[in-house]
Amino acid sequence: MADISIAPQDDIRAKDTPLIRLKEIYKIYQMGDETVHATDGISLDIYRGEFVAIVGKSGSGKSTLMNIIGALDVPTKGNYYIDGHDTSSMTDNELADIRNRRIGFIFQQYNLLPKLSILENVELPLLYQGVKEPERKIRAMEELEKVGLKEKAKMRPIQLSGGQQQRVSIARALASRPSLILADEPTGALDSKTSREVLDIIKKLNDEGNTIVMITHDPTIAVRARRVVRIIDGKVDFDGSAEEYGKL
Amino acid sequence: MESFKMALRSIAGNKMRSFLTMLGIIIGVASVIMLVSIVSGYMNSMMESFSDMGVDQINVSVTNTASRTVDTDDFYEFLDENPETFAYLTPTATVNGRLKYGNDTMSGTSIGGYSEDYLTIKGYEMEAGRNLSYSDMAGEKRVAVMGYYTAWYMFGSAEEAIGEKIRINGNVFYVVGVVKRQDEDSLEEGGMDDFVWIPYSTAGKIARTGFMSSYIITVRDVNDADAGVTKIEDYLYSVFKDDDLYSVYANSEMLDQMNEMIGQLSMMLGGIAGISLLVAGVGVMNIMLVSVTERTREIGIRKALGARRGVIMTQFVIEAAVTSTMGGILGIIMGSVMTVLIGTAIGITCTPTFGAVLLSFGVSVGIGLIFGYMPANRAARLNPIDALRSE
Ligand SMILES: Nc1ncnc2c1ncn2[C@@H]1O[C@H](COP(=O)(O)OP(=O)(O)OP(=O)(O)O)[C@@H](O)[C@H]1O
Ligand SMILES: [Mg+2]
Repeated sequence: MADISIAPQDDIRAKDTPLIRLKEIYKIYQMGDETVHATDGISLDIYRGEFVAIVGKSGSGKSTLMNIIGALDVPTKGNYYIDGHDTSSMTDNELADIRNRRIGFIFQQYNLLPKLSILENVELPLLYQGVKEPERKIRAMEELEKVGLKEKAKMRPIQLSGGQQQRVSIARALASRPSLILADEPTGALDSKTSREVLDIIKKLNDEGNTIVMITHDPTIAVRARRVVRIIDGKVDFDGSAEEYGKL
Repeated sequence: MESFKMALRSIAGNKMRSFLTMLGIIIGVASVIMLVSIVSGYMNSMMESFSDMGVDQINVSVTNTASRTVDTDDFYEFLDENPETFAYLTPTATVNGRLKYGNDTMSGTSIGGYSEDYLTIKGYEMEAGRNLSYSDMAGEKRVAVMGYYTAWYMFGSAEEAIGEKIRINGNVFYVVGVVKRQDEDSLEEGGMDDFVWIPYSTAGKIARTGFMSSYIITVRDVNDADAGVTKIEDYLYSVFKDDDLYSVYANSEMLDQMNEMIGQLSMMLGGIAGISLLVAGVGVMNIMLVSVTERTREIGIRKALGARRGVIMTQFVIEAAVTSTMGGILGIIMGSVMTVLIGTAIGITCTPTFGAVLLSFGVSVGIGLIFGYMPANRAARLNPIDALRSE
């Protein structure tokens, strides 16, 4: 067991090395005279296979936290390790590769490229991975099939309903076979029925072994995760199982 | 390759934006090509008509006084003393008079008295018969050489004119030769081919002017024209002692002035071309800038999905390159077609000059690339989250 700490973390990933490790993460915005601590010293470990819901009031710092986890943003202070790699020393391109290979994003506003077809949208992460043409299309098509949108492959995002667009973005998030799926209010723009469908897909992904971090402000959605982290004013206020959270 | 495809997709997906970018370049390239080509076509045609004048010729005119005179023999002597500089000499004596054949009168025909070298000085050749000769001069013979039109009009052909009788102010002359047709395009009264040459000596005798007052002297080398002028002036001064009594003028001086004018014109042209390219460039720059700003969100999404900075840059630069190149090519086509059309309309041969095509294409594509690169570079450096947030 003593070996683990000195073993190169790339090669031997012990089961108990967290996939995500946040240590004293601060994100501080300076707005004129005011300083906003969007995250105020958050420490958090997330392990493989977990399904974590991050809840909190509007403005509590959920998105800020997620952007840091997703390597879309860098913390003002603190360390962030993904799979044991310290991101603070990474270059712009290395961070791009982290996002490309290890993280799949599901955004509230889908963030599909309107000028590209559904299939091309799903292909994008693979394109940036350097996957070549026939394989790339085949793999993207497989992902579209999983979310039940194979027939719509040639359509533009705008021709789909909100729920369908979100399923496309899920397919896109899955295409690069990431170790972590990040979802910021994935159901925020959807009605309750479509929300449930999308949530079912996400839950199923977790059952298949995917690690999922999902932001939501809706407690009824949060309880469908396995673990709930509640943020208040940029600090972790609660961290426990969904059952415990439900009892609060 | 992938980025190339992606750029093409993006161009096709944003036809309006791509078209506007191209439009700036099309207009820039086309206008520069038109401008430069038409003006240089115009300059060429001007140059051509000037070089027809004979740049090796020096025109001399003298005013003989009772005490000081220079006659044709003196000029021949002077020429013989400077064989390395001068080649040919002819007096030029314009004869004001009517040319008649039978009862027909020619009104536009120019009649003049020249030496036997005039044919060579003009660079003409004989079509039929013979040229004027030295013995014609010496003997003040009543012989004439005529232009192709004159011969054709009066006698039907060059051959038929030989040996025929014509009358100049009542004096009978015999046609001994006809000069080859000069003007390929038109054969008309008063044109290049409507003339009669007679020996200068005979012309002087008819007109009763004792001395010839105008001469053409040619130099062996056009570069010696100025030196030739000086020599002639020195010689004439030694005789007349008064430089008001003669004037010496080299045709090449006019060419020098022409060249100077063309030089200035070219510079002006370069300035105008530069400005139109600049205007086109600013247009392209604007659209590129706007398009990148508009697309910051797209850049954010692509970065979130793991596009490296270089990949995004490549996409945008290729996009800019393809649009500018396409615009440039369309501009070349449009500019060339317009150049030829306008040239035909104003009656000069204008061919798009290689330099203009290269310059305008190079500059506008360069501008497209630079202003495609700069904003894209800035956007690609954005934090992905900042790019994503922009709307
Ligand atoms: N770019 C920024 N500049 C300044 N302040 C910011 C910036 N981004 C976020 N903040 C501030 O940080 C705090 C946390 O914002 P964040 O977006 O993380 O909240 P959130 O929990 O996701 O809220 P919501 O539920 O409304 O999405 C807010 O007070 C917000 O105003
Ligand atoms: Mg948020």
